[in-house]
Amino acid sequence: MGKPSDLVQGTLDLLILKTIMLEPKHGWAIAKRIQQISNEVLQVQQGSLYPALHRLEQQGWIRAKWSETGSGRPAKFYSLTKAGRAQLEREKESWSRLSTAINLVVEGV
Amino acid sequence: MRILTRFRLSILALFRRQAETARLNQELQFHLEKQVAENIARGLSPEEARMAAMRLFGNQSLVRDQARSTWSWNWLENGLRDIRYGVRTLTRSPGFALISILVMALGIGATTSLFTIVRAVLLKPLPFVESDKLVAVYEHFRESTDGDGFNVVSPGDFRDWRQQTHGFQDMAAWRDYGFNLTGARQEFPEVVEAAGGSANLLSLLGVQPVLGRAFAPDEDRPDAIHVVMLTWSLFQRRFSGDASVIGTQIHLDSTAYTVVGVLPDSFTYPDPHIQLWVPYGQTFTPEVYAMHESHMSHVIARLRPGISAATATKQVSAVQYQLHLAYPSKPVAEDAVFRPLIDDLVLDVKTPLIVLLCAVGCMLLIACLNVSNLLVARGASRRKEVAVRGALGGSRLTLICEQMTESLLICVAGGSLGLLLSMLSTHWLAGNWRDLPRAESIHVDGTVLAFSILLVVFAAMLAGLLPAISSTGKGVFAVLQESSRSIGGSAARSTLRKTMLTAEISLTVILLVSAGLLFKSFLHLRTADLGCVTDHVLTIKYGLPEKQYDTREKVIAFHESLMERVRRLPAVRGAALVSTPPGAGWESDDVFTTPGRPSTHFNLQYDALQRTIDPEYFRVMQIPLISGRFFTGQERLTNDHYIIVSKKFASQFFPGDNPIGRRINVAWDRKPEDFEILGVVGDTLYDVTQPVKATMYFPILSGIPDQASGATIVVRTAGDPLALSVPIQQQVAALDPTMPVYDVLTMEQILGKNTASQSFSATLVLAFAGLSLLLAGVGLYGVLSYLVTQRVVEIGIRIALGAQRSEVLRIVLLDGLRPVFIGLLVGLGGGAAAGALIRSILYGTSPFDPLVLVSIVACLLLTAILACAVPAIRASRIEPMQALRME
Repeated sequence: MGKPSDLVQGTLDLLILKTIMLEPKHGWAIAKRIQQISNEVLQVQQGSLYPALHRLEQQGWIRAKWSETGSGRPAKFYSLTKAGRAQLEREKESWSRLSTAINLVVEGV
Repeated sequence: MRILTRFRLSILALFRRQAETARLNQELQFHLEKQVAENIARGLSPEEARMAAMRLFGNQSLVRDQARSTWSWNWLENGLRDIRYGVRTLTRSPGFALISILVMALGIGATTSLFTIVRAVLLKPLPFVESDKLVAVYEHFRESTDGDGFNVVSPGDFRDWRQQTHGFQDMAAWRDYGFNLTGARQEFPEVVEAAGGSANLLSLLGVQPVLGRAFAPDEDRPDAIHVVMLTWSLFQRRFSGDASVIGTQIHLDSTAYTVVGVLPDSFTYPDPHIQLWVPYGQTFTPEVYAMHESHMSHVIARLRPGISAATATKQVSAVQYQLHLAYPSKPVAEDAVFRPLIDDLVLDVKTPLIVLLCAVGCMLLIACLNVSNLLVARGASRRKEVAVRGALGGSRLTLICEQMTESLLICVAGGSLGLLLSMLSTHWLAGNWRDLPRAESIHVDGTVLAFSILLVVFAAMLAGLLPAISSTGKGVFAVLQESSRSIGGSAARSTLRKTMLTAEISLTVILLVSAGLLFKSFLHLRTADLGCVTDHVLTIKYGLPEKQYDTREKVIAFHESLMERVRRLPAVRGAALVSTPPGAGWESDDVFTTPGRPSTHFNLQYDALQRTIDPEYFRVMQIPLISGRFFTGQERLTNDHYIIVSKKFASQFFPGDNPIGRRINVAWDRKPEDFEILGVVGDTLYDVTQPVKATMYFPILSGIPDQASGATIVVRTAGDPLALSVPIQQQVAALDPTMPVYDVLTMEQILGKNTASQSFSATLVLAFAGLSLLLAGVGLYGVLSYLVTQRVVEIGIRIALGAQRSEVLRIVLLDGLRPVFIGLLVGLGGGAAAGALIRSILYGTSPFDPLVLVSIVACLLLTAILACAVPAIRASRIEPMQALRME
């Protein structure tokens, strides 16, 4: 397995929402975090990450705020809104349904 | 909460777009810097770290665009950008822009105007309650070959229909009528067009009088007390809208009528010329009111819910057949037929209107193809630019949108101009179209606006989509691989252009064929031989009211003394009287029998037009005497049982026989009597659009009130005939100051009136066809010039290698003329189909008229050769060295 696998279609939203559930993060940190937790398997391309972040923000799932990073440079931090939290629950549920279903098919035959 | 957030964001995205974009850049920059920092931490040099980060990041502007595309209002931003680009490209070539906009304005404007008229006249429901439930019912003679088989109804038939059938909810009748209107207070006399309507007519249509009341059923009888309803226009014009006119009396043909009501402004049925209404029954004598053979009424019926018009008409037909059997010796029709009331009203204009609408549609299509063609040419010069942008990540959709914007801009500008044009022209069109029914309901409204907006979008799609798709297609990257010294244009692209050109030329040919046929038919009408002199002839109508002129002597005295006075006027070369001059319409006909060949059964074949004339008529109108003699002053008063017949009459009813001295039996004055034929004269046409009809002439000097009291003075003059109209009117007034005259027209005007609508549609279609020809010529020239420019290098090489210039000329000419020939063939096929469709409005012209077809082919080829010659000659003059050096 040479290249990191592409993200399963439609799961990026779930990953982003989950990643910022506990604390606000900026784009870079979100990408890094996903990469780390997935043991370098999931690599989020900038080309997908920023359009996704802006889309989620437009939809009101996440909220953006400019604040300083540890090094004193301003960055755009994304945090979950109340509606986003509910959305995360829905996405999680639908993901678990989907993955269970796929597992059933893959293991069963 | 979420809605609020989204609202705030969309406001931000709309009004603080610049700042938001800067922030987005900042955000992406931050990401990049983080990456660089990480790379340095891994041990790369700052320069390497930066390069690696950039590589990983990919196309930064693409990421930015994609992020931005999630913002709201993105479409607006893109649209504005495209419009900015579009305006910029258009202003770079103002000539192209101006021509395209004008072409589009004409196309869209003309189509909108025609749509406005077609909608108002053909599509809008009539202004009556549930007007789709109204039908017009007519009689139908099985043997009849004249006209369309819809015969007007006799009062006796109508009354029986109404009493004996119950298929329709109700039936009403009306007929045209005319009056000399004089006020009770000696106002200026005038002739008014009037109508007699049955008492239930208004309630059947669902129309309420605005003042007073409608007619009562017991007023709708020949012997009832005279009452009248005024139309709104007469009420305003003659009575200045004074409501106290209700209950007062006005004088119609010297008889007092009480005004009982005023009709609403919107009521202009059957046409706006009608000034007042009297009860239907009062327009008849009791004998005629009961007659089944005197056809003059229009019958309107309202459908009963659940019963179809066909079923109801079948019932009426059954009654009518019984009537037919009951009066075997009289012209009583066998059947009844119906058509929807709206069709009945717009009958004469339906085909011309649809033809015109198709013509402007064709023109719009040609205009779109032309703009499309020009856009393809321009697209060709921008292929490299498009290719580079595509290679740099510009999406195809973006590129197509941008190109579409250009055509949209042209169409929007053209469309607004066209709408303005159409607002101005629609009224002109409606006003100049003589006798256009329902012209008063024509106006530009929301639907029309929506239609023209739709038209603009459609035109923009048509004009822009093809070039846009073709210039951003898959092959576009090949441009980048082409050597900079490309030789010859891409074959596929010139095929596209030639196909469009072929379509354009086919459409033009179809238009030209239709226009040519209409024009030929119109010329045929204008040059039709009426059978009498038509120049320097003035006609003036008058009618003697039967109340004052109630004896034969009084009628003759007026006619004769008026003629004597008129003949004494200077510049009058001859004057005579006739009931209706040639070319002025059917007026009246009668059936007759020939003694010796008695027919107990009524036979439609024995039917001829009837005219009443004075002895001078044929001499004044220069209608030739073929045999026998004219009337003299001797055939007068009761010595009036003589007629003169037309040539057609003689050949039709006395074939191979000398008709002079023979008798026919005809009911001229109420009951059938024998009339002796004194002479045979040349044929005249009653309508230039119709074939010759047998005619019999009765002596006006019999003076029978009613039969001889209406007359048209025909005067041949030395100079301008209209200059005599006032002197003649003065002579009429000198004899009877209460006597108005009307229809003061020269014979040429009568002819023009007959052919006005033909002339109008022929001229319009011809104008559209001419414009289309011009457009096709411009298109051809544009395509060919472009092809030549593309092939300059190739032609240069050919010439350098020794090709003859004449050979080059031939190649380029043929290249340009090939689509013309194909288009011509296709167009002639389409033209034949169009000709068959408009056959019904062509007079004396075959849809395959060779002269028209040949002249159209010649006309088109000439235009095509002219359009091709300039680029071809230019190509043949190319200097090889210059061409090869050219880049």
